[in-house]
Amino acid sequence: MTKVQDAFKNKKAFIAFITAGDPDMETTEKIIISMAENGADLIEIGIPFSDPVAEGPVIEQASLRSLANGTTTDKIFAMVKKVREKVQIPMAFMTYANLLFVYGKEKFFAKCREADINAIIIPDIPFEEKDELISYANKEGVEMVSLIAPTSLQRIGMIAKEAQGFIYLVSSLGVTGVRSEIKTDLAGIVKVIRQNSKIPVGIGFGIATPEQAYKAAKTADAAIVGSAIVNIIAQHGRNAPEPVGAYVRKMKEAVMRAAE
Amino acid sequence: MSKKGRFGIHGGQYIPETLMNAVIELEETYNEYKNNEAFVKELDDLLKTYAGRPSLLYYADRMTRDLGGAKIYIKREDLNHTGSHKINNALGQILLAKKMGKTRVIAETGAGQHGVATATAAAFMGMECEIFMGREDTDRQRLNVYRMELLGAKVHAVTSGTQTLKDAVNETMREWTKRIDDTHYVLGSVMGPHPFPTIVRDFQSIISKEARQQILDTEGRLPDVVMACVGGGSNAMGMFYNFINDKSVRLIGCEAAGRGIETGKHAATLTTGTEGIFHGMKSYFCQDEYGQIAPVYSISAGLDYPGIGPEHAYLHDTGRAEYVPVTDDEAVDAFEYLSHVEGIIPAIESAHAVAHAIKIAPKMKKDAVMIICLSGRGDKDVAAIARYRGIDIHD
Repeated sequence: MTKVQDAFKNKKAFIAFITAGDPDMETTEKIIISMAENGADLIEIGIPFSDPVAEGPVIEQASLRSLANGTTTDKIFAMVKKVREKVQIPMAFMTYANLLFVYGKEKFFAKCREADINAIIIPDIPFEEKDELISYANKEGVEMVSLIAPTSLQRIGMIAKEAQGFIYLVSSLGVTGVRSEIKTDLAGIVKVIRQNSKIPVGIGFGIATPEQAYKAAKTADAAIVGSAIVNIIAQHGRNAPEPVGAYVRKMKEAVMRAAE
Repeated sequence: MSKKGRFGIHGGQYIPETLMNAVIELEETYNEYKNNEAFVKELDDLLKTYAGRPSLLYYADRMTRDLGGAKIYIKREDLNHTGSHKINNALGQILLAKKMGKTRVIAETGAGQHGVATATAAAFMGMECEIFMGREDTDRQRLNVYRMELLGAKVHAVTSGTQTLKDAVNETMREWTKRIDDTHYVLGSVMGPHPFPTIVRDFQSIISKEARQQILDTEGRLPDVVMACVGGGSNAMGMFYNFINDKSVRLIGCEAAGRGIETGKHAATLTTGTEGIFHGMKSYFCQDEYGQIAPVYSISAGLDYPGIGPEHAYLHDTGRAEYVPVTDDEAVDAFEYLSHVEGIIPAIESAHAVAHAIKIAPKMKKDAVMIICLSGRGDKDVAAIARYRGIDIHD
């Protein structure tokens, strides 16, 4: 079992996303600690990109706020190292191909190891382009998470067979963001994944309420929440650690109910 | 590792999984139809009877005499229906979209030329059409917005990011991930994920296919220099393509240097950019040391883009083509020059190529031959150029 899969040791997991540096790096640090204390099983830290084409307006705005505050990849590495003194749960980076490519993939993943980042999620690296990065990531103990979408169809088996860490199942068409209802046949997709892979599956995109988190965890192994958390941060700014913690606790409880 | 859709190291398919089946379907459909006799004839007929091809290769006698050097020919893409080269690609892609059973097309636009071409082809072929255009560009090019609406398209003003062409591309890609089943994304330039750079290049390569034959017919020889403006690079790729194997022909792409390279306010990707991955492709981009895409600037909305198509990046790497910066001032001077001297008002994008011709033609021998691709007409730019000269005209 890899460190990423530690997140799934209680059968069902709650995965929380945060955009690093929004509203500032100190607050991000506090929010990560608060999320871990309140039961998050894995934390995805978004390294903001100027043009996040897979994101909806909520995370895009958070990314732009963060960059406007002077956030850089180096400052995020420094913050994670500091957070690691207090937080032991698995952590992943979520970012775009260009930031790794320009930073230098060897250097990037070496720094991931230093900061004990355990996985990477890159929405603009599909199956066809992953070979460019995966060996560099694995060499430094970083697992590369694959995404599967409702439009993946005949690609599901191929992607699942080579997947590592956990599989990120995109719940619906479109970009990240809160949705009132999820219509895709996720159970059907999960079934095909299970036939091809033993690694855990998390469902993300559009999950905001405990009820949705329960359903996701029931259908798969984890609920992944991003925009709903980023919304709380947008609303509360520097005072966000507490309300985010309360929200994570509520969501984690819902996910745990799915394990019963 | 898949080498599909690569130009040297450039190109590739750096897009979300949600879009992968759509680009694979597009590639398969394109491969099926590109050599299909009926399809080729259908597109050829449309280009002749609807778009007005072939476009003229016009000998610019007065300009040639005035500059006193190379013989200057102008490939008149401005005379196409809708006023630019963009119709070549729009007709081709919408015909493909029909073959794929799509009923709706979406597209980004900068200056509005691609948006107008797409809206036109969509109206003509009975497709629903939505265009994404940066808020700043909807202000700069208000006439084109109205024109697209007149053609039945819905125009979305994009308010995210820098509110220009790159943000319009972001938003169109987002829209495509939301609605793939019935929708084709008519990408307007030789950029984006494979197979777009190849498809758009092929549809635009008719420019050089005609021009090469026309110059052989007129001059009995190949040109010494072929030049075009470059944003994403579709008219340049179309103008270069059939000359690439003619090693004696210099290929020159003219990038937007905005207020000047030294001011940082420009969109000169190959002059100043570095390798990166953005908008589905590996290529050169204007970006910072961390890979954040830089805000770019040009007087020309169509060249105001921080990247360049992957095949241009490859032609740059191999040295087969040269890329030079041209400032706003030089482009505006050329805009006025061509209007006075030849009675042709060029698009401000195309004026970048005219400007470089004005620089180099006098230094060339009198028996040398140059072709400039005039990618579009300048009616859309008249008000903006007037304002640039301090005359308060609003369209």
